Amino acid sequence: MKQALRIAAQLLLYVPLMALIGYFSTAPRFSPVGETEALLRLSFIHAAQRKAACRERSPEELAKLAPNMRAALDCPRERSPIVVELELDGKLVLRREVQPAGLKRDGNATVYLRLPVPAGRHTIAVRLRDRPGEGFDYTREETVELAPGRVLLIDFVDAKGGFLFRG
Amino acid sequence: MARHLQLMLRYLGTLGFLLFWLLAASGIYLYIRFDTSVAGAYDSIGELEWWFGGVLRSLHRYAADAFVIVVLAHLVRELLAGRFRGFRAFSWVSGVPLLWLMYASGIVGYWLVWDTRAQFSALATAEWMFAAGIGAEPMARNFLGADQISDRLFSLFVFLHIGLPLALLAGMWVHVQRLGQPATVMPRKLALGALGLLLTLALVLPVKSELPWDPGAVPQTVAIDWYMHFLHPLMYATSPAALWALVLGTTLLLAALPWLTRRQRLPAAVVNLENCNGCGRCIADCPYEAVTRRPDKRAVVLADRCAACGICAGACPSATPFRSVVELVSGIDLPDFTVHDLRRQLQAALETRPQNVVFRCEHAAQPAAGGEISLRCLAILPPSFVEYALRRGARRVEAVGCREGACKWRLGMDLAAGRFGGTREPHLRRNVRAERLNDGYTFALR
Repeated sequence: MKQALRIAAQLLLYVPLMALIGYFSTAPRFSPVGETEALLRLSFIHAAQRKAACRERSPEELAKLAPNMRAALDCPRERSPIVVELELDGKLVLRREVQPAGLKRDGNATVYLRLPVPAGRHTIAVRLRDRPGEGFDYTREETVELAPGRVLLIDFVDAKGGFLFRG
Repeated sequence: MARHLQLMLRYLGTLGFLLFWLLAASGIYLYIRFDTSVAGAYDSIGELEWWFGGVLRSLHRYAADAFVIVVLAHLVRELLAGRFRGFRAFSWVSGVPLLWLMYASGIVGYWLVWDTRAQFSALATAEWMFAAGIGAEPMARNFLGADQISDRLFSLFVFLHIGLPLALLAGMWVHVQRLGQPATVMPRKLALGALGLLLTLALVLPVKSELPWDPGAVPQTVAIDWYMHFLHPLMYATSPAALWALVLGTTLLLAALPWLTRRQRLPAAVVNLENCNGCGRCIADCPYEAVTRRPDKRAVVLADRCAACGICAGACPSATPFRSVVELVSGIDLPDFTVHDLRRQLQAALETRPQNVVFRCEHAAQPAAGGEISLRCLAILPPSFVEYALRRGARRVEAVGCREGACKWRLGMDLAAGRFGGTREPHLRRNVRAERLNDGYTFALR
């Protein structure tokens, strides 16, 4: 009898433990976006133009260099920061200047933005400048229909002409 | 029930080891059945037979959740008991990175399932990493489109899900290095209880996958595992930078805690080389690995690791009150409470209260009453003192220690049980009978 009571008491201890582990293992459910929302992701990697143009070396300069180092052009390594803008239904939601990676600022610039938006029809405009100066070198404007729970990925691939919209 | 709960609390760290081996054993089978490819990962888990693979999968998940609960409870218990500073600092600090290794191991495991929960967790982690500039390019780009995901990604996931737990195991080994006789194996009844609990849960509430990963969708609700994934909602509720500040701040605070709350330490035990014969009993019994051997085999105390519990003094064969010396000096002793002091107190007690001599641990449930001999730990008492008291006229000798599972110095009650029970040196001689009480012993001559 005493043994049975002891086992029953241990079970009483185990049941709340089981409930604690089991419940929070899957509940309550979490909502990363609202029920009527979609998600817009702007994500790309891009190597911008050099900050200064390449310069041709004079014969005297070339002569001073070691034979294996005599490249005709002297190109500074540093790249320009990129400027990216994102407009949603005429409203500017992002304007960011992104520095290239690397100690010499000669690597890629990377952009990542996660933006929940209300589902429905939206006009989206993205612009990019990848050289020193003013204005934008790449622009794309699209009107898209975003269903709830869908993701629109805006990528940028220079070789494919600029911005890509992937729904 | 209270005793069972008390035992479980005592064995929290040990339970962590048990859960780790459960995870490893169940994980090996799941790995055999797992298809490390984009196309096959999700289905290979869904195809597990419910009565074996499915149960093992559920067991794997719930053991991981239980591991988190046990580790956090272990941390809180040690913190509240103040067991993190001084000679315990090494164990405390070496435990801090294990927290993050535990979370990293668990979170990566969820990605292998390749469902929308994996999608949510992988992207949230990638966004968090990118915010700190980790990686030359946003890791999240690997998960954004079907064309960006290759089977090699699963090789990386598997490598991480095996490599991180191995690093965790190595860390757990380091974590117990400053403990003498670390309890890494659960008592059988408790182990069976824990296994039964997890198996019952696995059968009653089998784990299910969410919908398959869809790069073109964002899951509107996800059944996240709050034990593992709570950092993701926290990040979306605040910001990646805030989460980094919280994680790094918590880590630094926990790691610095032993030095932020320093207390004056008791003087460490000292070795008297003239009385040390190099028997090694103090080395074997020290609960904190604070006694080691000199090149000549005799003992030496590493003062920064010494808890000054006096258990080593109780283990020394030269600490016998029968020695006919005026000043009783043993091979190893506490400077502030020597065996000579103990013999003097015993002699005084025998003069004033010979009918009942009581040795009481100062951490026992009841404090020492007038005339009783207060000890820092029950295991500081060499068994020969009991026989000495009985031979010098005590009618009854009693030794009272801590409650089971509540020993201030980890091993005091276990070592005393071995010595008084005749299974551990220095043991009580056979002409003395020891009777075990709830939290102590009574002794009489046979």
